[in-house]
Amino acid sequence: MQVEEYKPLIVAFCCNWCSYAGADLAGNNRLNYPADVKIIRVPCSCRVNPMFILRAFQRGADGVILCGCHPGDCHYTSGNYYTRRRMALLFSMLDYLGIERERTRVEWVSAAEGAKFAATMNDFAQKVASLGKNKRLEDLRCKK
Amino acid sequence: MQKVSREILVDKAISLLNQGVVKAVFGWRKGEFDYDVTPAVFTTEKDIKENFVFNGFCGANFSKYLVAKTVNFDGKILVFLKSCDTYSFNQLLTEHRFDREKVYAVGIPCDGMADISKVKEIAGDGVSKIDFEGDMMKVTTLYQDEPVEIKLGDVLLERCYNCKSKKHVAYDELIGEDGEVLDSNRFDEVAKLEAMTPDERFAFWQGELSKCLRCNACRDVCPACTCEKCVFDNPNSGVENKAAANSFEEKMFHIIRAFHVAGRCTDCGECSRVCPQNIPLHLLNRKFIKDINQFYGEYQAGEQVGSRAPLVNYTTEDVEPCDVFKGGEENA
Amino acid sequence: MRKCSIDNINDVLKALSEKIPLYLPVDRLDGKATYQKYQEGKVWSNALNTERSAKDFFFPQMENLVEFKTQGKNVEVIDIRDEKQDFIIFGVRACDVKSFEILDRVFLSQPVDTFYKSRREHGIIFSLACSKPNETCFCSVFNIDATAPAGDVTLWKTETEVFFKANTEKGEKILSEIDSLTTECGEETVNEQREKTKKILSKLPLSDLDLTNFGVGKTKALFDSPLWKEMSSTCLGCGTCTFVCPTCQCYDIKEFKVGDKVTRFRCWDSCMYSDFTKMAHGNPRLTQAERFRQRFMHKLVYYPDNNDGLFSCVGCGRCLSKCPISMNIVKVIKRVGGKENE
Repeated sequence: MQVEEYKPLIVAFCCNWCSYAGADLAGNNRLNYPADVKIIRVPCSCRVNPMFILRAFQRGADGVILCGCHPGDCHYTSGNYYTRRRMALLFSMLDYLGIERERTRVEWVSAAEGAKFAATMNDFAQKVASLGKNKRLEDLRCKK
Repeated sequence: MQKVSREILVDKAISLLNQGVVKAVFGWRKGEFDYDVTPAVFTTEKDIKENFVFNGFCGANFSKYLVAKTVNFDGKILVFLKSCDTYSFNQLLTEHRFDREKVYAVGIPCDGMADISKVKEIAGDGVSKIDFEGDMMKVTTLYQDEPVEIKLGDVLLERCYNCKSKKHVAYDELIGEDGEVLDSNRFDEVAKLEAMTPDERFAFWQGELSKCLRCNACRDVCPACTCEKCVFDNPNSGVENKAAANSFEEKMFHIIRAFHVAGRCTDCGECSRVCPQNIPLHLLNRKFIKDINQFYGEYQAGEQVGSRAPLVNYTTEDVEPCDVFKGGEENA
Repeated sequence: MRKCSIDNINDVLKALSEKIPLYLPVDRLDGKATYQKYQEGKVWSNALNTERSAKDFFFPQMENLVEFKTQGKNVEVIDIRDEKQDFIIFGVRACDVKSFEILDRVFLSQPVDTFYKSRREHGIIFSLACSKPNETCFCSVFNIDATAPAGDVTLWKTETEVFFKANTEKGEKILSEIDSLTTECGEETVNEQREKTKKILSKLPLSDLDLTNFGVGKTKALFDSPLWKEMSSTCLGCGTCTFVCPTCQCYDIKEFKVGDKVTRFRCWDSCMYSDFTKMAHGNPRLTQAERFRQRFMHKLVYYPDNNDGLFSCVGCGRCLSKCPISMNIVKVIKRVGGKENE
């Protein structure tokens, strides 16, 4: 039996106004990024509650990335500033608990940055793949 | 022995009660032994005289009780607040969780409270009597002929050992002299963990959190946890759980619990005091406090009523999440 | 009765655990004892008792019951019960041994809880007599003899020796397997220790608890006491007392769904929780005072009502030392029972 190549499952929370459109642009421009990136559209990066990140890991994600508008460009003026603080603290806490820091990331991607979106996803997927499966935040009940 | 004696507090409580200033008194009620004092509401002079105690085991923080007790209560409630309790008191006021008009707060000095499990580590099991003399306690046990003498300073609760402030930040009346904000070493343990490798940290927390019973005492005692319905109790939330089914749920509960009070936690230390499994929960909360201080500037929750907590605030120059691991030099 | 030197106890543990998995109290890093599986290097704790009670062995905090798999319109029910193996619980104190009897009356009466039953049948209990009870102990109030606990095998530990006495066939069989490591002996030393311990037990501060106002038929007299409200007024509503209690046996059945797979499991519940026994109409006990009353009335009145007067408390004292606000069953017995100021 051939051993299947390990492909990490990535969950990307993308804000409706910038990053989701950025992902769209990446598609329109036929830029490649891994098919294992599952995009979840959120109204604003600020909608993402720390629980979302943890739940994504629980349900089998190997890496979670959060994409929003560049600071200063938030559709709702200041949502992503709050996101920035929240995620800075959350990621620092995850690191403190010994969870690999490369499994989480925040990236600001505008609607015009299709290339950046694809490049970010490629880079992130590669980094997560090098870490292997998420073992430290896994819920065994969610494994096949 | 505490700087302020039981008698002073009893006299104060009775006089305020008899003058009609307050209609009820929050205090510590004597237990079966000298160390198992229970927070209680007193309404009569007789009850106060007979059962009110104040000694080195009165660690309970009354601030959170005010949220439930002041609702539908006609009149004022007297509450005795140690310096650390006043921070929780202010934080709750900041969040508009109770009516300040219904509370008469008396600040009391505190020399730190003792941890009975530490006393028992020294004196052994079978503690039948504890007498306070100055800053010493004489512990009589069933198994030793002579009482064991223990210095209060050696058996303090973790939070008192690293007391952050003897200053009262809220009161209507203060008994004794006010203290100062102290330079504590409370972040040392956090720094020690940070210096470990991720594998060591993971092993440490896995070991600690796997002890968790999910009794929710840390949450229920926390003066910052005042949601009407906790997400972990709400069957409609999708994350409600009564027992940690596996190591993920243990971690999720504790991360979310600590995160939810991040920026609002005054570091009162009640969570670690009540944990029946001795999990050092304060190390999670202090990590957030340490990070907040480092990334967003020194902030002490509860220091001032009305201050804006760091997580509902921002600057355009905040550190990027990807840079936090560099220690946030930019902002330091 | 047989005995071995305390220096050889590890050989005994090793010999026993080679045949059957053995669990014994071991000191954790923080100095508190918990039951752990014996393997080379584990040291039998000297602590009076474990942080968590021994009920975990028969009634674990979380237990999967059954799995469902959906495929189109079909639901497949999968029995996930695994074959249980015999296991030894070593060093169980008299109070915890008594708690098994209390749990048995709940789980083994009709309808029988088969999950509990199979664990119970496979458990071999090595009980350990007490010699240094704590000030929070009050098992004698419930007529438990801490100096001669029940169980398949009873152990007595002195500073130099460990004594073994089989009480059941199961116990005799397992003791005979370690015959080479123990020697036959008389009961003098044990009896001497028992007498000494009994003296201590009779002098314990809580040994004079009076239960006359509790038990069968006391519901009406106690239910409307104003003390329930007063005493519960600072109760946090956490589950500490129920989770460390060896006799609390309430559980909730819940489901966890992933894709087409549903796992039905049960986990401990606590009558102190706001969502305990929540039904379609809501919660039958709306205030903490009612929940608080439920816990103590259950232990001291309802359970005896249904079980020939047997109280559902064994006096282990765990709730006394663990309650965040130091409210506990002793204070309830003294105040609600009206004996506080005697």
